[in-house]
Amino acid sequence: MSSQPKALTFLTILSAVLFLGALWMVFLFAPLEAVMNYVQKIFYFHIANAWVGMLGFLAAAVAGILYLVKKDLKWDLVELAAVEISVVFFSITIVSGSIWARPTWGTWWTWDPRLTTAAILEMIYLAYLLLRQGIEDPERRARFSAVYTLIGSLSVPLTFFSIILWQTIHPEIIGGGNSGSVGSFGMTTPMLLTMFYCLFTFSFVFVTLFWYRIRLGRLSEQVEILKLKVME
Amino acid sequence: MEVQTAVNRTQSNAYLKAVLAIVWKDLAAELRSRELLAAMLVFALLVILIFNFAIELQPTLRSTITPGVLWATFSFAGTLGLNRSMAIEKDRGCLDGLLLAPVDRSAIYFGKLFSNLVFMLIVEVIVLPVYAVLYNTNLFNPGLLLVILLGSIGYVAVGTLLSSMAVQARTRDVLLPIMLFPVILPVLLAAVKASGGFLQQAPMNTIWPWLNILIVYDVVFSAIAFMVFDFVVEE
Repeated sequence: MSSQPKALTFLTILSAVLFLGALWMVFLFAPLEAVMNYVQKIFYFHIANAWVGMLGFLAAAVAGILYLVKKDLKWDLVELAAVEISVVFFSITIVSGSIWARPTWGTWWTWDPRLTTAAILEMIYLAYLLLRQGIEDPERRARFSAVYTLIGSLSVPLTFFSIILWQTIHPEIIGGGNSGSVGSFGMTTPMLLTMFYCLFTFSFVFVTLFWYRIRLGRLSEQVEILKLKVME
Repeated sequence: MEVQTAVNRTQSNAYLKAVLAIVWKDLAAELRSRELLAAMLVFALLVILIFNFAIELQPTLRSTITPGVLWATFSFAGTLGLNRSMAIEKDRGCLDGLLLAPVDRSAIYFGKLFSNLVFMLIVEVIVLPVYAVLYNTNLFNPGLLLVILLGSIGYVAVGTLLSSMAVQARTRDVLLPIMLFPVILPVLLAAVKASGGFLQQAPMNTIWPWLNILIVYDVVFSAIAFMVFDFVVEE
């Protein structure tokens, strides 16, 4: 069993330092927004969480296709890692968005295309995890997961598109016509800087978590192999 | 060149024959047992009954709620049929027999797709007049029938693929609807909006976008399912 690579340790420390920097940027550097005050500060981490969720979604789709082409179980591990990260970060995104929406839009939830698509994506990934749970044979589990990831990655953009269409025909009641316009604000340079810094930081967080999760998957595979050896 | 086209023609004939053979087998089996259609139909009628009490289908609301009730009914009854149709193959070892047959694997997919589609359309053809009689609404509308056909194709295209995955899992009965509903959402949304458009005689330019979504979904997802079906039935 290999010990933790130095680069991963370095990456962990780097992400932690960057994260502290992000907290400083959000709470002390970025100015208070005139209308929304402190609530607006959720925005920086909300966007960054959604960004990580999207990165996970893309990584899962790519890994799924790579598995179907190459039939190498390592891509299955990568795909699972990406999906798990995406599930966690999208749920944080949805919750933080709701906390922001309550004082801003006056409701916890609207059927806005972005909100709805995020929720549907979450459902697809939960179904994905349930599917994996129901299959023991690792090779078959990998095949089915990759197929389902592919179907999911194709249907999500179509879902997003059809909800946009649904919205334009059915105008939102909450938020007066265009829900995107309520709670939008002009961003000053420090605000923009903070946002991009948060995106940058969370990209590192994503890579770090991704690496850890793939490593964990590898290690548990090795444990399985060792267990079989001991039983013999 | 001519030899090549002749070979191609015999190959495509053999492929079509294989697809038709599977459809025929399913229909013949169903004609004798009638267990699948009966279950789907009774279930569909029960769903409509439940909707009646759950949302009180008052005459004023009916025209706006009807498409939603119909599509919810079709999709619930549809999962029942899809599950059963694949479970029959799996339980009696028929799937292994089919896989041993010297035909392209995707022929099995299209065969199952067509027979599932036929079952679904039969249920819809019976449910529609029953609904029309029970709630005194005119549902005979060529546009609506077109939407039902397009929506059912998309539903069954993905449903057949996912149900052949679900039957091979431990939690198979509960797995199919959970996997199917989130990915089928564009079909349901577009079908409900297009059906509503036709029933309320909305102008065609508001209905076309929904029909386009249905067509795109049908084409994209049957192509994808055709490509990946091999991975699902591989042993």
